[in-house]
Amino acid sequence: MSRKKELISNIGLRLDGRRAGELRRIRCKLGVFSEPDGSAYIEQGLTKVLAAVYGPHQVRGGRSKAQHDSAIVNCQFSMAVFSTGERKRRPRGDRKSTEMSIHLHQALVAAIKVELYPWTQIDVYVEVLHADGGIYPACVNAATLALIDAGIPLKEYVCACTASLANDDIPMIDISHQEEVMGGPTLTVAALPMSKKVVLLEMSQRFHVDHLPKVLKTALQGCVDIKNILDVTVSNNVKEIGSSTRWGNMT
Amino acid sequence: MLILSSEKTDNPARIERTYYLISENIRIDGREREDYRPMEIETDVVSHAFGSSRLRLANTDVLVAVKIEVDAPYPERPLEGKLEFFVDCSANATPEFEGRGGEELAVELSNCLSSAYRSEEVFNLKKLCIMKGRKCWKLYVDILLLEVGGNLFDAVSIAVKAALWNTQIPKIKSINVDGSNIDIQVCDDIFSCTKLDVTGAPLMVTVCKIGDKCIVDPNAAEEQCSVGAVVVAVSRGNICTISQTGTGSFHPDTFKSCLILGISVAQRLEDSLTETLGEIKANQDVGFLK
Repeated sequence: MSRKKELISNIGLRLDGRRAGELRRIRCKLGVFSEPDGSAYIEQGLTKVLAAVYGPHQVRGGRSKAQHDSAIVNCQFSMAVFSTGERKRRPRGDRKSTEMSIHLHQALVAAIKVELYPWTQIDVYVEVLHADGGIYPACVNAATLALIDAGIPLKEYVCACTASLANDDIPMIDISHQEEVMGGPTLTVAALPMSKKVVLLEMSQRFHVDHLPKVLKTALQGCVDIKNILDVTVSNNVKEIGSSTRWGNMT
Repeated sequence: MLILSSEKTDNPARIERTYYLISENIRIDGREREDYRPMEIETDVVSHAFGSSRLRLANTDVLVAVKIEVDAPYPERPLEGKLEFFVDCSANATPEFEGRGGEELAVELSNCLSSAYRSEEVFNLKKLCIMKGRKCWKLYVDILLLEVGGNLFDAVSIAVKAALWNTQIPKIKSINVDGSNIDIQVCDDIFSCTKLDVTGAPLMVTVCKIGDKCIVDPNAAEEQCSVGAVVVAVSRGNICTISQTGTGSFHPDTFKSCLILGISVAQRLEDSLTETLGEIKANQDVGFLK
């Protein structure tokens, strides 16, 4: 009890000076690399993620995997060995990265219009450069931007956000690494923020079921906020690309 | 956008043009045989590493971070610290690196680097000793390949040198020895650090043979046309490692001229790198957002 109390001070500020409902600063960019069909970079606080999208292209490694009615979405999550405070041994292949890849796949398939590209494959690769809490949300958001950069049709943005419960009462948004380590439950939500549909929900540790609605609501609000930030970046990017044809000036 | 062939083949006409142009001492992108593509280097990119750099050589993108740990020295070399290279081929670079696909290239690169850094004149590991036979610093040099556009060896060696140049090793305040227990006190002031001496750190130059001429800094298309390449690692004008890559064969005379070309190009590269690193100011805006 006494440890949890420290998460939000009595003047309502968190360890890094944010309020309970405040996101960390998000900065992002589309089209960082030229080799992939789409790429994006996102910073959420100190968490930094690069994403690359290849495809849709022919299915690699034998056509037996290909599906006649949809594209295969292939995700790989990896973390740079220097991304964490203590050096990691392997960048990928451990249990946590496999789980991350599966969860990423789950969230992205819900948003991509896979039925438009039968017999093809779409590769999504994410690389974490700096891990400071909320890795999964940052990966989902980066992947969304990279898919948009690649021009792959999406139903809508798919955004993810974490939320927690501080002082046994106050829902808290966008958990940093420090807050993750100090304890308290973490609820990770990936959602389609415009239609308010949840595509992935994961919870660690326990809290009373009565608290769930408000924490979930906070996380969903976070997804909406993130979507608004991404949307600004995307439209600026489109304006910039199209400035040569002056479509940014059109109303 | 929809490519229905997974094979990456350049069309023959283009390859032929490459051959023709190289014999005329002008390449497809307008360079001469000994010219490099534009390079961009940044240091201090990874905030929680002891030193880091990012190099972009046209389409090739490399991120290097140095992490330091306290370790016990090898029993046969009690006075030396440790230096370890680890290359990670990110699948972001090309889908072929997915899973364990990039491992072969990664091992080739890290072996080449560690053999280039092995000699004492190149990089003095004795500076990393904390206490003879008991404690030393271990430098982990982690290299992340983010985009592959040809000429990886050169790019990686330049980025590694810049990252080591940027590396700051904490100062030791005191060492308390209590039997087998060694307690090391690191200086509290985060700004009081020692820098590494990297004047001898080798730069690698890939000399690529196309037709009967040799070129440096091949791009991806030129790498495909070449019959073979020699990687020359040069430190203070001396060769410290040579390795031949590719499937082709070289005549000893060609080999010799490759090495001479490699040394002279490495010298020029070294000079411009030193100059560029000297111009880097602290707290510059770096990263992928630029």
